[in-house]
Amino acid sequence: MGAWVHRELGLTDDELDSIVRRLGRDPTYTELAMFSVMWSEHCSYKSSRKHLATLPSRGDHIIIGPGEGAGVVEVVPGVAVAWKVESHNHPSYVEPGNGAATGVGGIVRDILSMGARPIALLDSLRFGAPGDAHTNYLIDGVVGGISSYGNAIGVPTVGGEAVFDSCYAQNPLVNVACLGIVEGELQQGRARGPGNVFVLIGSSTGRDGIGGASVLASAEFDAGSSEKRPAVQVGDPLAEKLLIEGCLELAGRGLLVGFQDLGAGGISCPVAEMTSKAGTGAVVDLDQVHRREPGMAPFEVMISESQERMLAVVDPADVDEVLAICERWELVGRVIGVVTPTGRVVVEDGGEVVADVPADALAVEGPIYDRASIRPGELEELSAAEPGDGPPQDLGAALLALLSSPTVASKRWIWEQYDHMIGLGTVIGPGADAAVIRLPGSEAAVALAVDGPGRYCVLDPYEGARLAVAEAARNVACTGARPVAVTNCLNFGNPEKPGVMWAFTETVRGLGDACEALGTPVTGGNVSFYNETEGRAVFPTPVIGMLGALEFAADAVGMGLVGDGEALVLLGDADGRDFGGSEYGKVMWGALGGRPPALDIDAEAALHRLLHEAARGHLLRSAHDCSAGGAGVALALAAFAGSRGFEVELPGDEPHRSLFAESPGRAVVSCSRDDLDALSDLAARHAVTAVRIGATGGAALDYGFVAVPLKVAEKAWSTGFATSISTTID
Amino acid sequence: MTARAAIVVFPGSNCEGDCARALGALGVATELVWHTDEGLPDCDLVVVPGGFAHGDYLRTGAIARFSPVMGAVRAHAAAGKLVIGICNGWQILCEAGLLPGALRRNSGLKFVCKWTDIRVANAATPFSTRAEEGQVLRVPVNHFEGNWYCDRDVLSRVHANRQIVFRYADNPNGALDDVAGLTNEAGNVLGMMPHPERASEALLGSEDGRLILGSMLDHVSALAPA
Repeated sequence: MGAWVHRELGLTDDELDSIVRRLGRDPTYTELAMFSVMWSEHCSYKSSRKHLATLPSRGDHIIIGPGEGAGVVEVVPGVAVAWKVESHNHPSYVEPGNGAATGVGGIVRDILSMGARPIALLDSLRFGAPGDAHTNYLIDGVVGGISSYGNAIGVPTVGGEAVFDSCYAQNPLVNVACLGIVEGELQQGRARGPGNVFVLIGSSTGRDGIGGASVLASAEFDAGSSEKRPAVQVGDPLAEKLLIEGCLELAGRGLLVGFQDLGAGGISCPVAEMTSKAGTGAVVDLDQVHRREPGMAPFEVMISESQERMLAVVDPADVDEVLAICERWELVGRVIGVVTPTGRVVVEDGGEVVADVPADALAVEGPIYDRASIRPGELEELSAAEPGDGPPQDLGAALLALLSSPTVASKRWIWEQYDHMIGLGTVIGPGADAAVIRLPGSEAAVALAVDGPGRYCVLDPYEGARLAVAEAARNVACTGARPVAVTNCLNFGNPEKPGVMWAFTETVRGLGDACEALGTPVTGGNVSFYNETEGRAVFPTPVIGMLGALEFAADAVGMGLVGDGEALVLLGDADGRDFGGSEYGKVMWGALGGRPPALDIDAEAALHRLLHEAARGHLLRSAHDCSAGGAGVALALAAFAGSRGFEVELPGDEPHRSLFAESPGRAVVSCSRDDLDALSDLAARHAVTAVRIGATGGAALDYGFVAVPLKVAEKAWSTGFATSISTTID
Repeated sequence: MTARAAIVVFPGSNCEGDCARALGALGVATELVWHTDEGLPDCDLVVVPGGFAHGDYLRTGAIARFSPVMGAVRAHAAAGKLVIGICNGWQILCEAGLLPGALRRNSGLKFVCKWTDIRVANAATPFSTRAEEGQVLRVPVNHFEGNWYCDRDVLSRVHANRQIVFRYADNPNGALDDVAGLTNEAGNVLGMMPHPERASEALLGSEDGRLILGSMLDHVSALAPA
């Protein structure tokens, strides 16, 4: 073995020394490969673990918190869901179609590993500005990948977000969230009971995705990144669909002692983690692993990230039944090893031992780094810079410019490519504040939203993270749901740079504080570092997935205006100061500077409680939160969704501030005139300001100080993104 | 009487559960039948549901038509009993030669999932008697290959026999003559791209699909011995 092989595998010299110390000898090549994936940033969270441990993760309704395949939450009494969000940023940049598709496949298997049936997907996407040929290629590929995979496995893609900014041009973000319903017993990733056997289920093992975790996901990009394409896995959605059905049948029949998905790190990961967690060991016989191609070296078999595979721990007495069920679902199932009491992972190939290492060394004794963290100096300049809050020459033109900006404009072009209806649960689908999904066999529903305002986070990562949590919770609350738990995907640059690490620690602190204040524990998530290309990092982008609970799906409130002549009410305070990181500043002035919006988290929580109670009391006809583009854009979007205009007068002295400032803690709601007093009383009880601003109806967006025909505004909004994406693809 | 429906399931089918639920809500007893079964259970109607049979690999429906169960589906159709193929189910029935024409890639070359309005072109079929001719139904589509096509001779026969049951009000896929659903010559086998099972509950956006599924039940009851 060459002296520098460990470096090529992404291990540092110190890490190699640590491995040698643990083994008392030099590692074999296979062992080194196993350590390289298990100790990679992607698998071991070595730079983030210390900080993530500070997040609030407990609650009476939290059944399983961080550290397992997915978090599990009891959303209403007796109904539990598993959910999680994960990134597939690097693969999606290298090969957008398969990168995004396998991102879907990976998170779906995380949910499946808990014994839950996946019933909803959401995507949080970040790209450069559409219109550029390469960006459009990435968007088209990523959306096509999600579409081809998600649709075929029969899991609806019910929502998400797509945000565009030049910082993502060379480093798109593809975060996928999945929710599953727990129908039977929860499964656990534990290799209990020496003598039980490991059954590898699903696709054959090939050379695709060798070193995906260590090579792709744990290093920055440079000009040669396209040469890393072989490290991207190839998805087979039919295999995944059969894997879902077959594994749920195994779980339903009580045939699984332990269960875990294969993702980053290949076979190495579940074998090491399941034995480590159970205090057992394993002997794995690579001759039994069904392969896609001949001539694979043992290390390749151990770390291949071939998709659509699960590892089950099974009582030997049940093996025949397990294999028969696999066969019926046209899945290959093979006994590849046995659980031992030794605490060691032993790998054999052709009768020879090629690896023999302590399970704990692989799974839990990886390095933990307390990386240097320094507030970057350029933040001072950003804070002092203009936020772009000057008045526009023409209010109507400003409104149209905002509505047609890619981030605000309709994403129908994206979500119409996704099956968002299968499962007969989609009460509110894509394009809304949050998706509302009725749970199978229940009258209850969940509301799901993903949000990650990178432009706030770059100005102040602590405040940005709090704002992300607040907005995600507000989105869920607008449907009438009670926010109950958070999953998250933290997308950052290179953690070895102190400025990036500072932003990361500030983000985690903000995330923790906001979740504590809103009573929404963090049930798990994912960290994606090294989102930089040629030294330029993405904005700190914490994507917050918020889970909300609705006791009755039928109580869900939509965002669209419903009838004519109903009362429109602005809930929450607005001081019109908040333009830092705003869409208005970006679109009108090309500005990014100042302070992010000031968040009063208690007022935010009060708004959410008010929205939830008002929905339960059937007082609301529609509700939509004020976020990017402010109250003016929020009203317009409610009008488009309801195909009717409005006539309002917004409070405030300066029209552009009333219209476009992005103060948090606000929502525009409509109610019948008869319910207005009841809504006002309820708002007063929650100490939330409620101002009647006008009425629904008509063919114009009439804000008092400016009016735009509904048709004109809707055209700007519906074509703003679709035109820029279509022009250069065809 | 309780109508009985057999829902054929291929590896990769994914709308079988939704079809069972929507039919179940109308009082139909449903049974899932795996594609390797040689026979069908005793049933009044066969549903070939949507999804991605065999992953849609090779060509939609091209592998599924060889599945053992398809012999029994052909026999069921030849006996004059009802068969409905929805979305991928229609693609399979086309490949199996039970319905005329073929389904090509959408003209927009994108997968499309959206609500569509379809107009009832013939209300005198076992699949449309609960609706009126010209009535517009709101039913969603969800497909990549829904662009129905046939040659001129076939089209004139389809017209002469009044085989077109539903037409898109706003064609989402480029289908010839806006065809959203049509029957075989005998009128007992229907293929349609829109998903009636997804339009069976007001909470989810429309109940119009129940008119289609319900029409089939009326037909079945009318045939049943008193």
